[in-house]
Amino acid sequence: MVDTSLSKKKDPDQPEISLPTLKSQRTKMGKSEDSEKKKKIKDVEISVPIVYGNAAFWLGKKASEYQSHKWTVYVRGATNEDLSVVVKRAVFQLHSSFNNPTRVVESAPFELSESGWGEFEIAITLFFHNDVCEKPLNLYHHLKLYPEDESGPMSTKKPVVVESYDEVVFTEPSESFLARVQNHPAVTFPRLPAGVTLPPPVSIEDESKKKRGDTKDHPLSQWFLNFSEADELLQLAAARQQVQAHIAKLRRQISLTDGQNQQFKPL
Amino acid sequence: MDAKDILGLPKTPLPIPQEKKSRPQKDSQRKPDGISREVYALTGGVAPLMPSIDVSQLKRRPPSDEKITWQWLPFTSSARKDDLQLYHWVRVVNGVPPTGDYSFAKYNKSVDVIRYTDEEYEKYLTDPKWTKEETDQLFDLCERFDLRFIIIADRFPTHRTVEELKDRYYSVSRAILVARAPSPGEVAGHPLVKEPYNVTQETERKRALSMVLSQTKHQERKDAEVLAEAKRIAESRMAARAAEEPDLPVPSDVGPESAEGAVGPGDTISPSNVQAPAAAIAPSTSVIADNASTLASLRMLRVYLRTYALEQMVQAASSSAGLRTIKRVEQTLQDLGVNLKPKVPTKAVCAEHLELRKEILTLLNLQKQLQYKEAEGSSFRDGSYGDMPGTAKRSQRAADQDRTFVPDTISFGGDRVVKREQKRKGPGRTSETPSSPAGAHKRPRKMKASDL
Repeated sequence: MVDTSLSKKKDPDQPEISLPTLKSQRTKMGKSEDSEKKKKIKDVEISVPIVYGNAAFWLGKKASEYQSHKWTVYVRGATNEDLSVVVKRAVFQLHSSFNNPTRVVESAPFELSESGWGEFEIAITLFFHNDVCEKPLNLYHHLKLYPEDESGPMSTKKPVVVESYDEVVFTEPSESFLARVQNHPAVTFPRLPAGVTLPPPVSIEDESKKKRGDTKDHPLSQWFLNFSEADELLQLAAARQQVQAHIAKLRRQISLTDGQNQQFKPL
Repeated sequence: MDAKDILGLPKTPLPIPQEKKSRPQKDSQRKPDGISREVYALTGGVAPLMPSIDVSQLKRRPPSDEKITWQWLPFTSSARKDDLQLYHWVRVVNGVPPTGDYSFAKYNKSVDVIRYTDEEYEKYLTDPKWTKEETDQLFDLCERFDLRFIIIADRFPTHRTVEELKDRYYSVSRAILVARAPSPGEVAGHPLVKEPYNVTQETERKRALSMVLSQTKHQERKDAEVLAEAKRIAESRMAARAAEEPDLPVPSDVGPESAEGAVGPGDTISPSNVQAPAAAIAPSTSVIADNASTLASLRMLRVYLRTYALEQMVQAASSSAGLRTIKRVEQTLQDLGVNLKPKVPTKAVCAEHLELRKEILTLLNLQKQLQYKEAEGSSFRDGSYGDMPGTAKRSQRAADQDRTFVPDTISFGGDRVVKREQKRKGPGRTSETPSSPAGAHKRPRKMKASDL
């Protein structure tokens, strides 16, 4: 991904036309009052790292033909922080054989539990708060109930867990959004362009009413997978180093061959 | 049902499980009366939303108090100018034959062709290119053939194009209308006056149409290619302008980032680092344009997943590469122990991944370049262009294959012909790649720690 390094970019907010100071101040203030909510910051992106997937427990003795597993599909913050600062609701679209296959979850933790026997693709649609983004985002997860190793014994204690890491990227976020999530651990806050100041944050919902939405002490948290970018970065860096070394070598060989060919070129 | 009986199976069906897809009710409802079952099944066997067949009308018979006979009677048509009397079957009700004109006479429409008087001709309609006689003939034909100009053109005594005839007809009619009208305002609404016939435009249009029609497939393809190319250039130009700023940091970022993560001798890294970005930029200004347009389109989305963005960027970067090259890139990634799709796609990881892919592309291109150059070189040395480059080496290589593992592409130590004990990928793979004169340019192999 391209780093949106902004040190070179001019501040887009300051008008370039040279109006008399008083007038420009007035227009600027007027503008910010009106569209404070909607004002978007260009060339800035803000991302929310998430993990989504499922955990499935085999019911063992209690399993029937059509209810062999109890599973939970979920979307959580990658560091188990509360996603409801960004996500308004999550809609899980299940297989049509389920009753009411469209399940709406209005609050964190965004998860859904069911029992069944079949594996299928679940479409998860994330709806964001109004100041975050008006468009929803779709995720797709293939529900996994049976372990990879088919020969091994199935256990009722240890679930089959499949998780995917991803990051939700918002381009040109609004000032109010940025202000609201400024210090929230669920969000990767970007470096702001020079001269941009954020308005004071306005809370979107009653803090006292909110129940705990983070997944740090979630019953399934002991099974959550760890995603560390360090390993992958290391791997990639090592690979790049090797490739670059070979590129250099090849260039030397090419120039060598060029030199040799020059000698033998037919007249 | 009967089959089950024969086999002696129990007749009770298994309970439909909750999760099996429920079948839509296929049994058709009781068929409506009035039409046979098969015919009803043709319509789908299901009752339509709006009944298209009024069932009650189907079996209705004519009211019994009327007496219907059919009689062979003569008739005339107002559409005919002569008094020809023809005969046809007529439905007679209670002895009273139907009255009125022949039922199809009303369809005999014709065009109102304006006829001018000689006086009017002298006053308004003279034209250097048309004689009065010709104009008269034209108007006769127009009336006769209801303005079917193709036919009129065929029948016109002197050779005139359809456009010329149309032009003459419409301009004459227009002139007459305007002349006869009490005031110009009244006629202004008339279609002939409002939209005059434009000869040059029409001729041009028809010529262009015939050109398009007569284009060969080859030309069509070429045109499509050119248009697509133009579109791409326009798009990338727009996107490049829009995303100019973010693009600049890319090359400079590559250097410090890889220097940070690298584990190894710092000296050898830096020159190759400088080379790699330079190589990345130089041949592929189009790749940068692709990247820029991808970035622009991502920005339009407002919200997207990092993995999706990476996919798009990878596609943009490999847009110039063929399928085989892409497969080779993926193979190289696997050999290097890198996930084809990053397991932890953070911003940094995705950036590194993308750069790695680009570098591998560069690597593969350079390998090919070297191959060609060496082929050139060996053909120069042999002195004959007829020989396949490397035939001598190939037979040697075949012997090699029997004995030892085939040395892979990226060999260390500079000496290309040195054979090494290396892990062989498998028979299928080695036979795929053509042997090269240099003998060392196959797919890259998995790097071992000992190699460094």
